[in-house]
Amino acid sequence: MMAGAPPREPMLSLRELTKRFGGLTAVDRVSVDIYPGEVVGLVGDNGAGKSTLIKMVSGVYQPTSGDIRFLGKPVQISGPALARDLGIETIYQDLALADNLDAAANIFLGREVKRRFLGGFVTTLNEAHMHAETEKALSTLDIHIPSLKAEILTLSGGQRQAIAITRAHYWDAKLMIMDEPTNNLGVVEQRKVLDLIRRLRDRGIPVILISHTMHDVFAVSDRIVVLHRGRKVAEKRTAETDQEDVVRYMIGLLDDTSPDGVGGQASLPAG
Amino acid sequence: MPRIPPLQVVPAVGVPRLESRRRLLLALTRIWPWAFLGLLLIFFSATGVGFFTLRNSQNILVAITPVLLMGLGQTLVIISAGIDLSVGWVMGLSSVASAIVIRDVTAAGAMGPFPAILLGALAGLAVAVFIGFANGAIVAKLHVPAFIVTLGTSFVARGAAYLLCGGNVVGGQPPAVRAFGNDALMYLVRGAGGGLYFFKKPDVTGLQLRMMDRILPWPVIVTVVAVAIFIFVLRKMQFGRHVYAIGGNREAAIRAGIPVDRHTILLYTLSAATAGLAGVLNTARFSGGSAIAGDPLLLPSIAAVIIGGVSLFGGKGTVLGTVVGALIIAVLQTGLVMLAVQPFWQFVVVGIVVILAVLMDQMRDLVLGRAESA
Repeated sequence: MMAGAPPREPMLSLRELTKRFGGLTAVDRVSVDIYPGEVVGLVGDNGAGKSTLIKMVSGVYQPTSGDIRFLGKPVQISGPALARDLGIETIYQDLALADNLDAAANIFLGREVKRRFLGGFVTTLNEAHMHAETEKALSTLDIHIPSLKAEILTLSGGQRQAIAITRAHYWDAKLMIMDEPTNNLGVVEQRKVLDLIRRLRDRGIPVILISHTMHDVFAVSDRIVVLHRGRKVAEKRTAETDQEDVVRYMIGLLDDTSPDGVGGQASLPAG
Repeated sequence: MPRIPPLQVVPAVGVPRLESRRRLLLALTRIWPWAFLGLLLIFFSATGVGFFTLRNSQNILVAITPVLLMGLGQTLVIISAGIDLSVGWVMGLSSVASAIVIRDVTAAGAMGPFPAILLGALAGLAVAVFIGFANGAIVAKLHVPAFIVTLGTSFVARGAAYLLCGGNVVGGQPPAVRAFGNDALMYLVRGAGGGLYFFKKPDVTGLQLRMMDRILPWPVIVTVVAVAIFIFVLRKMQFGRHVYAIGGNREAAIRAGIPVDRHTILLYTLSAATAGLAGVLNTARFSGGSAIAGDPLLLPSIAAVIIGGVSLFGGKGTVLGTVVGALIIAVLQTGLVMLAVQPFWQFVVVGIVVILAVLMDQMRDLVLGRAESA
């Protein structure tokens, strides 16, 4: 009902996804569809189940029950590597870059392009090719960094974030999950990262944005999914809601899934 | 407006004035070991005690081979944010093991001197590699800190070496062993009938023999080849890139699909292998196996690595830096001895230089900084 756009196939489809840790139900029968070229904000208070939900998509956790369909096919994402192979890239702040290497080395980290000598007996890094490709990849997303050869330690937080996103894009990510991408960034930098998210959307790449910053979510998202205590309590088109409303859902004052529309522990989840 | 560097950076124009001073400081933190080495060379040469001679240059090269070889593997290990404290006793163990094999094989008359030396060298390398592999496997798979693991295996190697040699120098080496350790690529004979000889030691006696210069003894050549290989691997090959990545951000390396465990095992194995090579060369140079050969060189080798600009926190440094670091230590050693200064002053100076090196490294981080928002 909330897909909004023309009737297209969802790229990612989560059905009744549940994750239990012992007696605790971290994610409770959550269903979400993600369509090509949209930004979906995933919000919720601490412990609402955002990260657990995302970790099931990025292969870190296995769902207790429920199905994941990606590009129309049911998938079992048994590990982070498999998620990446499928084209699902999760971008965590600062976790995935080596600060002591330059932009090209980071974009090609673990997937370096090599030159072979003596019938493959000696292989060296093909730096020229990797630098050229990096330049292209950065300009595709309209990203400018001062020096391609400087260790990225010398770059700003936003520029490093941009390099992580460029890497995912270069390696053909079909869906990007960004966990608090604007944390610890200055105001101007935040705006640049949000711009970058819009540019990805314009290129047809859906982005799931996890953020505490309501302002960011409202600035770039097309839809907002609200989790509360592991359940999806609301799914709204961004244009049709406001920050105050979303916060009410986040803290459990409102609940679209309860019969009376009012949140609370007593409410029963709708089918 | 806070000073946030925008993603769109306009180069050249509008660059703050501070930039040039920062550049200067950065350059200083990078080239100071070279400058310091240059100053030392000029200083000792100027004292006119015969420092700046062909013979002394060769003496320095011979003296640094074991320190430099141990420093080679150590450079890679420390760049990957590890440490290998076992190389000193691994060198001793390798020296003892190679000498025993050469002695016994020769005594049994089983083979000629050259196959015996080759077999001995392989034996020395094999025991070293075995310990290095164990180091790497325990660090990578069992997640014991490298400091502890290599401290432990250092004692194991020490015990094994003494058990093998019974506390004595292992003698009984054929003459070819001494030749391998002391002969050179070239010989310069001065005076009447002198000249430059290649490969073959000229047949001279007396004063001419004393005046003869050995240019590039074989251990030096072996070390130079090893240095060249390590430079190539670290700068040009994927493995080298991964070593920096592991040291820079291990988590990122794992996420990028780099086989971090396998690389870690290989790194400690390589480190032990260069120490093992130093042990074999030690056997050749002194024509005997000595358990204690390596231990006094462990800390100088780590000092050389640090003076050369490798950060103990990992991710930074070069092999060439380690070469400069080892040269600084060796030049100080020989220079002070020639000046008839108490040789113990070298330790004082080396110690200060090590601390200076780390200060330079910190200054570099300070100057570079995280541009903003850290």
